Amino acid sequence: MILRRFLFDRITETWMVTALVTILLLPLIIGIALYLKALPLFEIQNLPHLIGSSEWLPTDGKFGFWPFINSSMYVTVLSFIFAAPVCLLAGIYLTQFASKNLVRIMQPVMDILAGLPSVIYGMWGILIIVPFVGNVLAPFLNINSSGYTMLAGGIVLAVMCIPYMLNMLIEIFNTVPIGLKEASLSMGATFWQAVKHVVIRKSYPGIISAYGLGLAKAFGETLAVMMVVGNRVQITHNPFKAGYPLPALIANNYGEMLSIPMYDSALMFAALLLLVIILIINLVFRYFIYKTKTR
Amino acid sequence: MYLQNSETMTKQAPDITLKPKVTSIVKINNLNVHVGQHHILKNINLEITKNKITVLLGPSGCGKTTLLKCLNKLTDLYTELRVSGKIFIEEDDILNTQKNVPVIRQKMGLLSQLPYPLPISIYKNVAYGIKLKGVRDKKLIEYNVEKYLREVGLWNEVKDRLHNSPTSLSIGQQQRLCLARGLAVKPRIILADEPTSSLDPISSKIIENLFRKLKKNYTIILVTHVLRQAVRLADNVVFMYYGEIIEQGHSKDLFKNPKTEKLREYMLEGN
Repeated sequence: MILRRFLFDRITETWMVTALVTILLLPLIIGIALYLKALPLFEIQNLPHLIGSSEWLPTDGKFGFWPFINSSMYVTVLSFIFAAPVCLLAGIYLTQFASKNLVRIMQPVMDILAGLPSVIYGMWGILIIVPFVGNVLAPFLNINSSGYTMLAGGIVLAVMCIPYMLNMLIEIFNTVPIGLKEASLSMGATFWQAVKHVVIRKSYPGIISAYGLGLAKAFGETLAVMMVVGNRVQITHNPFKAGYPLPALIANNYGEMLSIPMYDSALMFAALLLLVIILIINLVFRYFIYKTKTR
Repeated sequence: MYLQNSETMTKQAPDITLKPKVTSIVKINNLNVHVGQHHILKNINLEITKNKITVLLGPSGCGKTTLLKCLNKLTDLYTELRVSGKIFIEEDDILNTQKNVPVIRQKMGLLSQLPYPLPISIYKNVAYGIKLKGVRDKKLIEYNVEKYLREVGLWNEVKDRLHNSPTSLSIGQQQRLCLARGLAVKPRIILADEPTSSLDPISSKIIENLFRKLKKNYTIILVTHVLRQAVRLADNVVFMYYGEIIEQGHSKDLFKNPKTEKLREYMLEGN
């Protein structure tokens, strides 16, 4: 009996360690695999040229990834600009000001929004956002645009990120002990001052990590963005023009264009780039969190 | 005296005017607090004397903390609480006044069960309240921060790390920091909600000694369930049980001759 329990204990522990190691190794294995697959590309072009060049002529063997990286960053930053303040304000309102009934209604709404498949967001983007950008916003600003633009991508992406970021922010604001707020109020702060000086301040690291995770998620989001962003290889800083983010490049072409030499490696390199950039975003935000925590 | 100045006040609370020589700073009339169906404070009538330590004594969950929070309107934070009755702090009926709530709250410094230093530096914790009062002069703020840190005996311990986070302090030091920042808004009353319950005996003693010193200038309302602390510190005692005031009076009389069975029982258990 004792032996059995001992063995059982041992086996469960081994399983847990195995599971943990797998999780830890997974990104490494993916990274290595992508690197190995992308290796042939490095033999014809060096890394700075691959990233910095904007010449995308696969049939001539010219692979410049800058337009894709540029589009990805542009769409992500746009979505962040739309989503971040909305989430922050909504999060503060829901946790500090709103009645409990409203919170009770909002929780399932956010869960549903977070759980919607991204193709639905894409369809919604095509039906609503693209015509809105193309027929309303662009004419209003005297711009000629089809509507399939980076702006549409940014808006759709922002809407997709909101439930995700908002959920995290609500969790974070709720962990601020009420005693802290009481302390601030008892010294004569107004309610808003207490929220600003205490709740938001105490939540700094949390807000940053929520933003970081939201940003990383936005950067990697594929389908919905691909459906509205126009998918044209060009470098532009005009939000009313089409873009072509990295994930869309992979999703659109993998399995179709592989007869072109090196195309396979190029897509693997695109995936590797995506992985590395998301890693960098995460590391940068970790650093910010560390900085604000030790301040 | 001040009560006679206000006509409306005399109408609302005629019984006060019968005692012109009141030295009470807080007067509570028929205070009731409900949460849903629960009646958690029942008909509280209480006067709190100036420059004395008044101890609210009673078992956990009897409504002491709620009563304390009614005094500086922190009950506003808990929307489920329904508060009715009258609380006079000096001349203001704070439950029915149009006056600015933050201004009312600044008449009272709060010391809670756990120290809650704000997520800013030690220096800024004390400066926070001063700045909220509208003081902008840096020299004056600096002077006051030092003054109040000295008043709670913390200055020598923190003067070399004023700009560090208060989380680097021990919990007893944090509690004194919270006291200092409470004093910095120049309150008349100190509301202390079991301030020593999370502290070691030595830190508790420091806080208790501070209270004895501070009562010269402040009125202290101390919530505790520790009988010995009440005996050590109290000038007046209010014994509460399940939302009601069972007995109140001068500490010496009350503990020598408890009139009610409840208090006798509590004293027996407490000793």
